[in-house]
Amino acid sequence: MAAVPSQFPPPVDSPDEFVKRELDPEDERIEVGVAIVGGGPAGLACANRLLQLIAEDGALAEQLGEVPVAVVEKGKACGAHNLSGAVMNPSALRELFPDMDESEWPTQLEVEKESVYWMLSSKLALPLWPVPPPFRNHGNVVVSVAELSRWLAEKAEEAGAYILTETSAQQLLVEDGVVRGVRSGDKGRGKEGEPLGNFEPGSDLVARATVLAEGTWGHLTGAAIREFDLGAGREPQVWALGVKEVWEVEKPLDRVIHTLGWPLRYGAKWQEFGGSWIYPMADNRVSIGFVAGLDHTDAEMSVHDVLQQFKGHKRVRRILEGGKRVAWGAKAIPEGGYWAMPKLSAPGVVLAGDSGGMVNVPRLKGLHYAIHAGILAADAIYRALKNGSTDLRAYEEMVEESAIGTDLYETRNMKQPFGRGFFVGGAITNAMVVTKGRFPGGRWKNHRDADAPVFRGGKARKYPKPDGRYTFDKLSSVFITGNATRDDAPNHIRVQKDVPRELAEAWVWMCPAGVYELPEDAPQEGSVDLIVNYTNCVQCGAITAKGGRLTPPEGGDGPLYQIT
Amino acid sequence: MKICVLVKEVPDAAVEKRIDTSTGRMDRSGEKNLNPFDTHAIEAAMQIKEGGAVPVEEVVAVTMGPESAVRALHKAVSLGADRSVHLSDEALAGSDVAATGYALAKTLERESPDLVLLGQQSDDGECYTIGAVVAEHLGMPSLTQVIQIDVEEGKLRCERQAEYGYDTVAVELPAVISVGDAINEPRYPSLKAIMGAKKKPLDGLAAADAGIDASKVGADGSMVDCGDFTDPPQKEPGQIIEDEDTAETVEKIVAWLEERKLLS
Amino acid sequence: MSDILVYVLHYQGELNKNSLGAVSEGARLAGELGGEAHAIVVGDGDDLTEDLAASLGSYGAAKVFRARAPEGLAQPVVDAMAKVMTDNGHTYALFGGGLLGFEVGAGLAARLGAGVTMEVTEVDVQDGKLVASRPILQDSKISKSRYKERGVIIGRLNAFEAKESGGGAAAVEDVEVELSPQATKATMVERGEQRGEDVDIEGADVLVAGGRGLGKAEGFGLCEELATAMGGAVAATRAVVDAGWYPYSTQIGQTGKTVAPKLYLAAGISGAIQHKVGMQSSENIVAINKDSNAPIFEFSDLGIVGDLNKILPKLTEAVKAKKGG
Repeated sequence: MAAVPSQFPPPVDSPDEFVKRELDPEDERIEVGVAIVGGGPAGLACANRLLQLIAEDGALAEQLGEVPVAVVEKGKACGAHNLSGAVMNPSALRELFPDMDESEWPTQLEVEKESVYWMLSSKLALPLWPVPPPFRNHGNVVVSVAELSRWLAEKAEEAGAYILTETSAQQLLVEDGVVRGVRSGDKGRGKEGEPLGNFEPGSDLVARATVLAEGTWGHLTGAAIREFDLGAGREPQVWALGVKEVWEVEKPLDRVIHTLGWPLRYGAKWQEFGGSWIYPMADNRVSIGFVAGLDHTDAEMSVHDVLQQFKGHKRVRRILEGGKRVAWGAKAIPEGGYWAMPKLSAPGVVLAGDSGGMVNVPRLKGLHYAIHAGILAADAIYRALKNGSTDLRAYEEMVEESAIGTDLYETRNMKQPFGRGFFVGGAITNAMVVTKGRFPGGRWKNHRDADAPVFRGGKARKYPKPDGRYTFDKLSSVFITGNATRDDAPNHIRVQKDVPRELAEAWVWMCPAGVYELPEDAPQEGSVDLIVNYTNCVQCGAITAKGGRLTPPEGGDGPLYQIT
Repeated sequence: MKICVLVKEVPDAAVEKRIDTSTGRMDRSGEKNLNPFDTHAIEAAMQIKEGGAVPVEEVVAVTMGPESAVRALHKAVSLGADRSVHLSDEALAGSDVAATGYALAKTLERESPDLVLLGQQSDDGECYTIGAVVAEHLGMPSLTQVIQIDVEEGKLRCERQAEYGYDTVAVELPAVISVGDAINEPRYPSLKAIMGAKKKPLDGLAAADAGIDASKVGADGSMVDCGDFTDPPQKEPGQIIEDEDTAETVEKIVAWLEERKLLS
Repeated sequence: MSDILVYVLHYQGELNKNSLGAVSEGARLAGELGGEAHAIVVGDGDDLTEDLAASLGSYGAAKVFRARAPEGLAQPVVDAMAKVMTDNGHTYALFGGGLLGFEVGAGLAARLGAGVTMEVTEVDVQDGKLVASRPILQDSKISKSRYKERGVIIGRLNAFEAKESGGGAAAVEDVEVELSPQATKATMVERGEQRGEDVDIEGADVLVAGGRGLGKAEGFGLCEELATAMGGAVAATRAVVDAGWYPYSTQIGQTGKTVAPKLYLAAGISGAIQHKVGMQSSENIVAINKDSNAPIFEFSDLGIVGDLNKILPKLTEAVKAKKGG
């Protein structure tokens, strides 16, 4: 029996729910120069760059008023909801702060050695030599994106940005086809959405230009795409889920490692595309994570459990031996590549970073593109503001002609072939790598993750039972993210409650935070009534890919990532 | 009436708390936040001001801490305080509860408040008593674990939960009242208030400005040395019984409970 | 040679059991220090008889100071203890767990310029001085306090066990206390009001907690019966409160209450860390769960793998029999 997630769409009516067409009266609005939604690398790079430009331009500074740049961030702090590997190309930092000495950058360390392994089993690992081109990282740096965001936020605040943490952006303000800003989320609603004693409604944040830098398929990004049909003529976006841990280890790791193969399965019927990373960090720490595409078909596929299983590999255990887990987290990543990037602007608004699908899948790079896009967005907005215009189409060209456009174009078809299975896909993609994307050419299609039918495929049999030392269960993992949402918060997850058992199981396994649960008395076949423990949610976004919809919870809720 | 609210910046509840082995003190790096109990104190101050029973001219937020503590003050101001005072000085680092209370009392002296409110405990020190220390130095009556405050001219009627039930106590002003989290549901600041917080007046004070005797504060001025951090004793692994004959199992449970005098 | 002054709280003619524990502990420590443990009681009612004060001798107090001053408030006690310690030269003040202990202890430390430690779980003698240990960082580490001069030690709830030392009635000395201005400014209007609806979860010695394993809301009936038989209260996990099976005021855990009763009996609770952090300091943890892999068995003192629907009713009967018989 198989179930197709997209046949059970979430109860959401996007255009009406998440777009506000009448602004609050003037005295109730908050007027700012530029509103940036998302306090991650893209949003904060944009903020920093804008303030650099404004600092040199007294006339514009006056025009923009008291609050030239406001950054809206739903986490408790910038970086609280950021997670990545990560190995970053430092070029973007150089571009953002050309006069800064590199020693001031918030980097963990420089990449020296690198290895790629094809894991053949839990004991065997075949080193791939020479290191395949996409995995070559010389000259790049290991960073914690949470730390990077904190640092960028500090710099932006010093430069005069208003960083509004614990503030969600709930609706896009659209007037006469132009984006006029965003509306912040309410606070103090109860379980059923009813206002509680300390209810505080959100406010209209009215801006001359808005940047959506919400990360892996943001909430308002989705609304904007629907409102302005920004997806027209493009492939649908697809995602992978990454689950990560940070460990303090006894022996420092001397190289950046990537792996493919075990424990993922090779057959086309499983659609298990992904692999792992193990990166050294400063202070004897190690970042280790596993990524797998969300179009997987086995309902028992759980990236968190695959990561736990992966840690049992002889080589990996050697690295972690005697160590202690100090962090855990999960986040989805857009993998649609060039063809899935939406149109990046509409009147009054631009999309930057992961929100705009700017991730180079074969090279596992997205951070420096996010920063780069933030810089380009700032430049484009600056010019438009000087001309008193809301036409930001110049940004689209700037992105297309930049490294973002070129690199993503080169790798535009490199993920799709894996839909044919590991070996066939690998061969085809290799050909593309060698020919820099030219052969085979054309436009390979993406298939929506939620269109992939799910069925019970038995993957769970191999998952290890958590030992609390090297392997961990989901709940204790959520605990160390610092997630402590109040119990009477309203439910921010939209899913159909009454779904076929296979689909329910798929969500139960998929979710790294244990949000979905089957009631004890659920029937083995047929429809079940899903339990949604939404207070566990770490806002990774996987559910949006696989048939539901994540909307922003009350500002301040969710994890407090620090070193992920 | 002038109300001073004592606030403290503490590591966020989410941050794993550890000892910084190089200083022997709590590692205070990492994300920080306004002590949750203090938000209840600010809310109590605002409710008194908005209640109208007695006119309140201003609510002042006061904190002692390093530079980063200004954020706790910004939060306090976004919740309604009119201005804030930041006591910050190298000499104060390492102060224990008694020294901290003394320093805060000296700072409050300059303000001559009619009422001092604070949260009854802080997330990091896990002490429950700084109000009593402050009150002693100011010569004011003090009460802690207060869950209800009614204000009249010149005095308060407080309810607090003590060992034997709820006590109702009449307190003459000026007084120091430490509040529990059951006292109210703190409001959320509006975006406007958050953005306006940085503009409200903030006075920075060094120890000397507050007339603090440096020999009474800091690690050297503290009368107790805390250190020698060890791990708590490992719990003995428990016993497990597989229930087959329930009558027998229950007998074993009762015997186990009796052994530990839990059935008296 | 150091003497210890122990504060003893009383109410309606009865001595507080945490205070009695402190007296026992004080007597033990004074013995090692080569000094004496004295107790002090403060009150203004008829119930503070000489006999009541003298009875502290059976817990090891060599002498009991009795001061007439308002009851149930901290600052008059600070005045009384400060006077006694100054006049008689006690080096340490010791308090059993409880609210007044905190308030008095902190005020006293400020008055005397002494060092103070709260939430103390253990006190030892080292080189003729007292060293107090307390847990910090959510019970993950123990910190030791050493005092430069005088020390005020405030125990955690139930940290010190009351032990009769076999001593006879102690000598009672009445003390005249001059109240400081602040001590006259707070007046007790009503003390110890009981409010029926609020079951005191945090103060209960015994908690019977129910989780998802109960199966349905009615399952809490089993918990209530056992709790009544044991003289305790009923608590709940977040999951069942979420499902509406029991009120939020009884929720234990990361987003609920933190408790440390003498006995925590968990029925049908898996023991996920979000729950564990709310009850891990309980003195005795008993768990009943049908899943032998439930994490709670890793930290329970006594774990029973079985059907709570069978075990709870039989246990309740057996407890009633033991207590009644």
